[in-house]
Amino acid sequence: MDRIQRNMSLTGEPPKTLNTTQKIATLWGMIGLAILLLAGFNLDFPNKGIWLVVSLLSITGGIILFAKGAYGNELEGIKNHGVWFKSVSSRGFWGWISGIALTGFYVILYFYAEFLGLNANGENTGVIALFDPLSRILSGNPASQWFVYGTLYTIAIFAFGIKFIWKYRHNRYERIRTMSVMFFQTAFAFLIPEFMARLNASEAYNLPYYDLKSVWPLNYYLFDSYSLDGLLSSGNLGLYMLIFGVASIFIITPILTFKYGKRWYCSWVCGCGGLAETAGDPFRHLSDKSTFAWKVERWVIHSVLVFALVMTTALVSTYLGNDPNAYWLTKDVFLIGVGVFLTLLFAAIWFFKRDALKKDARYGAISYFVIIIALLGIHYGSGNDNIFLFEASTLRQWYGFLIGAIFSGVIGTGFYPIFGSRVWCRFGCPMAAILGIQQRLFSRFRITTNGGQCISCGNCSTYCEMGIDVRAYAQKGENIVRASCVGCGICSAVCPRGVLKLENGPMDDRIDANQVLLGNDVDLMTLVNKK
Amino acid sequence: MEHIVIIGNGISGVTAARHIRKLSDKRITIISAETDYFFSRTALMYIYMGHMKYEHTKPYEDWFWKKNSIELKRGFVKEVKHSEKKLLFSDGDILSYDKLILAVGSKSNKFGWPGQDLDGVQGLYSFQDLQNLEHNAPNNKICRRAVIVGGGLIGIELAEMLHTRGIPVTFLVRESSFWNGVLPSGESEMINRHIKNHHIDLRLGVNLKEILADENGKARAVVVAETGEEIPCQLVGLTAGVTPNIDFLKDSGIELGRGIKVNRFLETNVPDVYAIGDCAEQHQAIGNRRPIEAVWYTGRMMGETVAQTLCGNRIEYNPGHWFNSAKFFDIEYQTYGWVNSDNRKPDYEEHFHWLHPDDTKCITVATHRDNGTFLGINTFGIRMRHEVFDKWLTEERSTDYVIEHLRKANFDPEFYKTFEKDIISAYSNQTVNA
Repeated sequence: MDRIQRNMSLTGEPPKTLNTTQKIATLWGMIGLAILLLAGFNLDFPNKGIWLVVSLLSITGGIILFAKGAYGNELEGIKNHGVWFKSVSSRGFWGWISGIALTGFYVILYFYAEFLGLNANGENTGVIALFDPLSRILSGNPASQWFVYGTLYTIAIFAFGIKFIWKYRHNRYERIRTMSVMFFQTAFAFLIPEFMARLNASEAYNLPYYDLKSVWPLNYYLFDSYSLDGLLSSGNLGLYMLIFGVASIFIITPILTFKYGKRWYCSWVCGCGGLAETAGDPFRHLSDKSTFAWKVERWVIHSVLVFALVMTTALVSTYLGNDPNAYWLTKDVFLIGVGVFLTLLFAAIWFFKRDALKKDARYGAISYFVIIIALLGIHYGSGNDNIFLFEASTLRQWYGFLIGAIFSGVIGTGFYPIFGSRVWCRFGCPMAAILGIQQRLFSRFRITTNGGQCISCGNCSTYCEMGIDVRAYAQKGENIVRASCVGCGICSAVCPRGVLKLENGPMDDRIDANQVLLGNDVDLMTLVNKK
Repeated sequence: MEHIVIIGNGISGVTAARHIRKLSDKRITIISAETDYFFSRTALMYIYMGHMKYEHTKPYEDWFWKKNSIELKRGFVKEVKHSEKKLLFSDGDILSYDKLILAVGSKSNKFGWPGQDLDGVQGLYSFQDLQNLEHNAPNNKICRRAVIVGGGLIGIELAEMLHTRGIPVTFLVRESSFWNGVLPSGESEMINRHIKNHHIDLRLGVNLKEILADENGKARAVVVAETGEEIPCQLVGLTAGVTPNIDFLKDSGIELGRGIKVNRFLETNVPDVYAIGDCAEQHQAIGNRRPIEAVWYTGRMMGETVAQTLCGNRIEYNPGHWFNSAKFFDIEYQTYGWVNSDNRKPDYEEHFHWLHPDDTKCITVATHRDNGTFLGINTFGIRMRHEVFDKWLTEERSTDYVIEHLRKANFDPEFYKTFEKDIISAYSNQTVNA
């Protein structure tokens, strides 16, 4: 870059500059944040309800006005101008500052909620107290740090969702998908659990917080003893909810994933996905596309899945106990059931889909299968009550700390501006791992490559939040069938030549690895495709 | 072991290298004066616009070449000595080859305009051109206006690029309507309007007379031939097409025309020397194609073909049905088969044109007047399936059939509005009228 003189001015030039609307919007949003911050520093606002409304409206309004400034005067189309010039979206100064701020927020949220003003034995103070009025309206209870977080989370998905819709307003798939995540977050993750908490005012109910769309193993606390106790002591409703939770895993999820791929969940319903797709959208291109990262991804995410599986099995079996009179399902029956189920599943995949597994997938599958079965065997052989060598509660604690808090929260969201928006979904989420295995092996979903039209430009790979090197497939004329693809549709949107289309179709020839690069002589392609 | 040397690390040369590697264990060396690694030339615009960085435009990670034992050499070949099978480099290096593939690409056309070599005047083809652009037009303070000369695919890309940096652009197009040597008038006019909607100062039917210099030898203005108007500017983009980059072969004994003359086997007149991609010129044009095809896709096809030949299976370059694509600001364009512009259209070619009221989508279908056979389609703002049109062209379907089954060819994302109904009704109305 010998002849290029880098501009050192702080304001920058187009497309980096903020226009007047965007500056006003930023100021407005910051005022909203400042109110929260002041409350956090224990400034005691009178009329908390009003200040809360002012704050939340300012944040929402600021974001929406910012979007208007960014996209309102542009013709519709892909406008990623300056994404790699702007400091916040290219791991520059502001990128690091926001990463550190977000990470700090998550550390406080998970481990030092008292700094937010949480007071279990009395009146809340600080920022949590500011949210008390809203919490009382919804659930009748004072706020907790999780209510504060849930409210801000929902606002982020809502306001950044509008920004996203504005940005991709020419793309109906993106519009509808974003409205879907906005709806599921607001209704299922936020409002319904708050309203359900009102039922607990009556003696007959003891419902735990339960976001119905959050499926095990993402929702790893579903099988905690307090959660099971709560559901089982809340009449038919509680029982139905538990049945729904189990059905989600074994019936609903496999059917929908077979028909539509994992996108029905990961980019249409899920809250983590929802935040990544909306607030995380400005950072989607920061994901690592190297084959090395892909290798790490496969080992890490499936290890988390095994961890979740072992932890939950231990937890449930401990809960059940050995007394057939307490539960018809005893610990032994349950453990044998798990063993049989996993063996059958493993055998089925091995029998039908072995050819689809690469070498390391086979090693991984075999070794994890052996480990799990061995753990079950050790348990029976030793008669030790500590299932899987550790106490179930210890496993649960470690899982909650390492995976639930550190991985999905602090790293997963806090590092958006550094690693991209889907770090958790890609490397950590055990639910995504299950859906991914199914999507890779038993699903109608694929991204179709349009004949020979690819020009290898790299927009698809760059803007893939899951770090899939989409171009590597597209330039070969091969359809993309990858476990990690969440079906966000952005590769197709940013493609300048109309090469990619997400679709559901027959399983036969889904990958179509020997696709004729059309436009070539047929005889030549026979030769080219010869192995 | 036979040593195959490829000059040029663009799509043609790299495709040839990859396929030779698939078919053999010959020693392969790729030479480039441009960059260390293969990158997608078509993506240069996205680097300037900030959509991507240079490394994102590399289709293969850097370890790929070593792993596949494809040697890369950075250097500029100044002479091919085919009698000794040697290449001489500008830095004095010498490299021997057994087989040589010339995949040297193009350079921007310059038609002898006064001032065309001034500082601040450039084309847009190579990585160095991109660096020059970053130097000449980093922002709208240093470059307060740019003038682009030549209304083709690169010209409109350059206009889009400069527009993202807030640089006002005057776009001088020789033709009476944008790219109407290729596009039928309905499409060309729609793109005219789209260009203007992006606030580009589009001037149709005008030529460049000369480029004026300031006291430092930098371009300061252009003069329009027709009006004599002087347009002050700090950047002049010359985008009036490209021409094979073959100056270094002038005295090599390799037969040259506008490009490197090759037969259908992509062989030059010199044994063991082949030419592929932008720089190759067929003795006889193939079908409706031009003798020189400076297109990504044809470069790729020639690379695959020559690899077969070099690995013992001598076959002709025999491209299938024509296809191409581009993007004009926000409007995607695809073409399958042949749809000729108004002035190139043979007598037998009839057009059906449909334009969406929002003025960003249209299609043109070409039909053989005598038998109603479908000849080709241009589609703007609606994605179509390559595979389906390729099949229909092979089956020599009628246009009636194509229009009726157009839904099958739609490749737009899910949930998109479809327009087949409108198109079918427009089509049947015009048939009734005719």
